[in-house]
Amino acid sequence: MNMVVCVKRVPDTSESEVHIDASGKDIDKSRLSFGINECDNYAVEEAIQIKERLEGNVTVISLGGKDSDEVIRMALAKGGDDAIRLEDDAFAGGDALAVAKALAGAVKGLEYDIVFTGALTDDDGYAAVPVALAELLGVPHATYVKKVEILEPGKKAKVGRELEGGLMEFLEIDMPCVLGIQTGINEPRYASFKGIKQAAKKEIAVKSAADLGLDAADIGEAGSWAVLEQFTPPVVGEMAEILEGEPDETAAKLAGILKEKGLV
Amino acid sequence: MKDIFVLIEHRRGEMRDVSVEMLCGAGKLGGTVVAVLLGKDVDAFADKAAGYADKVLYVNDAMFENYNSELYQKALSALIKEHGPGLVLMGNTAQGVDLAPALAVELGAPLVTDVTAVEMDGDKPKPTRTFYGGKLDAHLAMKDADLYILTIREATFQAEDPSKSGEIVKVDNPVSEDVAYRKFVEYVEPEVGDVDITQSTLLVGVGRGIREDKNMPVVEELAQAIGADLAASRAVVDAGWLPSDRQVGISGKTVKPKLYLAVGISGAFQHVTGMKGSEVIVAINKDPDAPIFGIADYGIVDDLFKVVPKLVEKIKELKGA
Repeated sequence: MNMVVCVKRVPDTSESEVHIDASGKDIDKSRLSFGINECDNYAVEEAIQIKERLEGNVTVISLGGKDSDEVIRMALAKGGDDAIRLEDDAFAGGDALAVAKALAGAVKGLEYDIVFTGALTDDDGYAAVPVALAELLGVPHATYVKKVEILEPGKKAKVGRELEGGLMEFLEIDMPCVLGIQTGINEPRYASFKGIKQAAKKEIAVKSAADLGLDAADIGEAGSWAVLEQFTPPVVGEMAEILEGEPDETAAKLAGILKEKGLV
Repeated sequence: MKDIFVLIEHRRGEMRDVSVEMLCGAGKLGGTVVAVLLGKDVDAFADKAAGYADKVLYVNDAMFENYNSELYQKALSALIKEHGPGLVLMGNTAQGVDLAPALAVELGAPLVTDVTAVEMDGDKPKPTRTFYGGKLDAHLAMKDADLYILTIREATFQAEDPSKSGEIVKVDNPVSEDVAYRKFVEYVEPEVGDVDITQSTLLVGVGRGIREDKNMPVVEELAQAIGADLAASRAVVDAGWLPSDRQVGISGKTVKPKLYLAVGISGAFQHVTGMKGSEVIVAINKDPDAPIFGIADYGIVDDLFKVVPKLVEKIKELKGA
């Protein structure tokens, strides 16, 4: 089984304050930590587990600058074999379509049975890359995938898609195909020390838009469905009454409120 | 203005609420609202949609008994080419997200997913959606085109009472052959555990802020002190710290307890959808801009590991008093 897994380096904003920068079109990333997009981490694990069960090859692809080497190397350290990084100024400002076009350009040159991507990214959250990528490649797809069973290597898989309310929809899909992986499908491993040392020596092939045969007018912001005009803070409803003070005081205030409302 | 197509979503004999919301919202954008219904013997949904649409295009075929992205794409593509709408709306659901990007690529139609607000500039939509898990609103400009596609987040538009009686047009299935490369197999219900959190009157919801499995006793003690059951955000279930039947949100349960005490939960839309109907919502989170404070009644902006143990103490004191 030849597998490709697409990964993205994103800022971790889940527990951090997010500030709009002076341009109004980006966020201040100076105080944020970066890492692999959460769904992509599960996608990497799924590809590696299949490789371990059935043998094969896992190629890691990421669109991004040199900073992205860190997430690529971590995927290699866990069991990835080869790596390609797509870097070009012309990729800047791209939405899900532009990203999918770049990834399609890279995947077309490879032998593959399954392309794994995360179902969505933690930053823009379009959740459109896997399905758009499949259409560009002319192969079937499924997204929000939370279960993969290989029925016939290189031929057919049974996959479970997570629907609303936790209902699972199972379907059979022919390979080659693109699967958008949802979090929780597996337990992503930590890379071993030995794996990290080996991955450090591996070559990451860097490819430009021209290398992929892509026209600059068709990628990045120019090749996107939509471009960002500006960020604004979200419109919130009536804000919570914030209880002020040291932990001792806020806890006492809250306990008092709960008691008063008959909740404790 | 060109017509607006709204794809009616249904599953296992139920039409999803977002379909009616979109029909009502589309009516306010201007243009003729055309409900598009693919299904097998779902006349009741055609009748229902007609109450909110100017026209219903209804394809009744066994092929559409269960959703299949490939067949839906073929049918929609044919109907769009024939009728020439300027805008197609779908729910930003597990179905819409699995379908819209492929259709958009095929038709060369700009797509924006998970839209939370939209205005029209002539035939061109100007959508707003969130980035960074709901921490920012992004205002987008779409490329010029003859056709646009949007997937709409639930509750973006308000469902209203039916006020139309659109014509129901039964359309021959434009898809001649079934596809073999993607086949529906079955639905599998989520597992059922020891506690049914939809029945709980008091819930402590625990999120990513708990950081590690070994910190779970912090919230377990709080739940015990209050007499609450534990619920969780997706991150905690994904990590395996609580079973999946404790998950609250779009992919989990919808709960309406008397008290929902959210600990270390940022309040992404996916979670909030499942608990916003709670009577009293309290949030403890260290990020003052966390979206959870926008729907909570009371909030504490602080480190949960400092506040929660104190809260346990104070509640025990009050209960003992």
